[in-house]
Parts: sequence; structure tokens; C-alpha cells
Amino acid sequence: MREVDYNTIVDAVARLCMEANYFLGDDVVNVLKQALEKEESETGKDVLGQLLKNAEIAKTEKIPICQDCGFAVVFLEMGEDTHVKGNIISAINDGVKKGYTEGYLRKSIVSDPVKGKNTGDNTPAIVHTTIVPGDKIKITVAPKGGGSENMSEVKMMKPADGIEGVKNFVIDRVTRSSSNPCPPTVIGVGIGGTFEYVAFLAKKALLRDIGQRNPDPFYADVERELLEKINNLGIGPMGLGGRTTALDVFIEVHPRHIASFPVAVNTNCHAARHKTITI
Amino acid sequence: MAEPIKIKTPLSDEDVQNLKIGDSILITGKIYTARDAAHKRLIDLIEKGESLPLDLKGQIIYYVGPAPAKPGYVIGPAGPTTSGRCDPYTPALLALGLKGMIGKGVRSKEVREAMEKHKAVYFAATGGAAALISKNIKAVKIIAYEDLGPEAIRELEVENFPVIVANDAHGGDLYEEGIKKYRK
Repeated sequence: MREVDYNTIVDAVARLCMEANYFLGDDVVNVLKQALEKEESETGKDVLGQLLKNAEIAKTEKIPICQDCGFAVVFLEMGEDTHVKGNIISAINDGVKKGYTEGYLRKSIVSDPVKGKNTGDNTPAIVHTTIVPGDKIKITVAPKGGGSENMSEVKMMKPADGIEGVKNFVIDRVTRSSSNPCPPTVIGVGIGGTFEYVAFLAKKALLRDIGQRNPDPFYADVERELLEKINNLGIGPMGLGGRTTALDVFIEVHPRHIASFPVAVNTNCHAARHKTITI
Repeated sequence: MAEPIKIKTPLSDEDVQNLKIGDSILITGKIYTARDAAHKRLIDLIEKGESLPLDLKGQIIYYVGPAPAKPGYVIGPAGPTTSGRCDPYTPALLALGLKGMIGKGVRSKEVREAMEKHKAVYFAATGGAAALISKNIKAVKIIAYEDLGPEAIRELEVENFPVIVANDAHGGDLYEEGIKKYRK
């Protein structure tokens, strides 16, 4: 059994929170530059240019890309031959607290959804844990903004709806979201599993880098088709009209019950924040 | 793109009526921050017939909850939040003379109608360009509801703050027009 120090986890998570908020991924920078070349709307070009300039400032000055520094969503892959001294979930929360405080990140978490007030340190984190073989710990911090999260949805469809039903639901969701999630967006789609698991799949889909297709050619084609259809909606950067509505669409699937066909859409903003470390 | 139009706050009816959807605008002067939590408190005061912590006549409200300022900075990144959450409260503020709003995303029919009636304009700022936008904010003062943290009402001194007219006082809606133009 490999032993890992509590503070190793705290420091790693703190750093991931800061880096995810300060540094726009190279994959996103590249796709924004391509979009700027192709964009037909003058307003759209202006917006895309601002997003690129913004990323440069955030990176140089180590300040957040967006004032909404997100809910700290953490994907934890815990090697079964590893043990963290103390409790790993509490180490992750201490890391979030440290990262958001020392990194000058906005704290956006309310302690109780109805009666609460701001917890003041952006905890608790949402932690999705998977136990995996081996003695490594893989931690991904994916800070999630509220504006785009609010434009997400789970739908319990009928098996008869099939892939065409999925496509129509995704397009309809993006159409209704319009300007709210700060387009250009990244769209995560979950298909299958159960009511709660399909939402997790859609969230997990958002961890992919731009351009990384589903390994199954069938779903890879659906991803490409949906991206083209979404960009033909005309919503454009910030919803003010244009060619660039989404930067990518990612689909994750899972076996389903014979009676069920759950589908989820998790919308992300252009920042598509996620940073990973393996310890 | 046409040269941006420079405007100074507070805004008169005439200033507002000259603005058309799609205009690129640079705002200089004082503007005020408020998100939905602060709006709710303002509405509670109006309903009780009490005076507000700020005079809204001719002013612009910016829907934003800034990130904390690093040492040596006047403010942290400060991009717009979704305006729709303020929609239920907005018509009452427009009736008190509010002339402009800065945010992101579409407004409700009620807000658009109240904007036409009271002559007001809605500006879109670029969501997610918070670090860039913060460079146009020169001074910050909390004027109410400090307990709301990032959601407190702040007075911002801005210089050439970049926005686009999304809804004008004549019923124009760039969200509708823009999307129609580029839909395939």
C-alpha cells in the first residue's frame, strides 16, 4: 500500500484550481483563432478577438479568465493500492479552500440552497470518485460556471426516439440556451445509464480536449454533425449573431435499461476549464 | 466595424435615443454593480416606500459579481453575468429613471417593453472576457450590501468600457436580428 501525504493532495488541488482559472487551454486558444478566421459577423469577430486578448491577459497576470471561478468539480481516480493519510475528500476540500483564497478566485458557493449564505472559501467541492487498479491518484479539477451550467438538462427519452431524438434534443437545448451560456460553448452529451448517471456522463464529456472525437466512429460522426448543425443556428459569439456558436460537441455513452433512454446535455462556456495531475 | 461611439454617464433621454442595436460603445464615468440578490433588496425597499442607497436617475447598472482584487489591483476580473435573473426586478427600476443596463443574454418581453416606455438601453458586454474588461475599471467603492460579498452594490469608475447595444429604446433586439441574419 503506497502512502500519500495529506498536504501533497491539498497543494496539488490548490494549484489545479488556480491554473484551471488562469490558463485557457491551448486547444481552446487554437480553435478560437480558427473561428476568428471563419467568423462572418463583425460583432462576432469583435467578441472572439476579446476572448483571445482576455486569455492573454489572464495568463500573463495570473488572474482568472472569468469572474465566475466556478463550482470546484473534481474527478478523482483513486488507485486501490494507495492510501492518503487523513481523509482524501477533506484534503481535496482543503485544497479548494487554499486555491480559491490564495489565488484570488471568486467564492460562489452557498451553504444551503434555500436558507444558506456564501461559505466564503468556495467549498465544498463536488467530488466524483472512481476506484481504479494501481497505486496512482489522478485528480482533475474542472471549475464550472453557473451561467453555462444553468443551460443544461436531463431528459428521459423513449428508446424509440433513437439517435435522431438525441440530435433533436441537443439542437433544441442549444437553441433555447441562446445567448445565456456565453457562446461559443462546448457541449457535453450523455446517452444511456440512469437518470443521475447520464448527467455525470455529460459532465465527464466536457473533460475532453477540443477536437478529441469519441473513439466509436458512429458517435464521432454524430459529434461532427451536431457541431455543424449548432453552428448553423446563427446564435454566434455571445448570441449576437454569427457563425461560431459551439467550439465542439462531445458524446459519452453507457449501457441502458431496456425501458429507458436517458439523455443529458451539459453546457460549458468557451473557457472549458479543466486541469489534471497524476500523483 | 464602425468606430465605437463614446458616451458619458449619467445618460439623458436624448443620449439613449441616439443609440441603435449593433452600435459599438465605449462608456466613461460612474456605473453601478448589482446582481439579482441586490436587486431583490432594492425592490423590497421600493415596496416599503423607503429610499434607495443610490439615485438611479440617468444611471447604468452593470450585472456583475467581480472576483477579488489581487494586491495592487483596483478590482479582480469583472465580466457580465446573465441578465435574465434580474428581469423580474428591472421594470420597477426603469420606472425610477434607470437609463442603462450592462449584462449578457436576452431580456424578457416585460423588460423590453419597459425599456421602450421609459427610454432605456441594454448593453451586452462579452461574457468570459472578465480579465480584459477589468482593465477599463479605474476605481471601485462599495456603496451598499457589503454582506453580499461579490454581489454587493459597487460604484465603478470606468473608462472606455466596451459594450454593444443589444436592445435599444426603439424596440430593436440584436439577439433576434443577429441570429436571424446568420441562421442557415
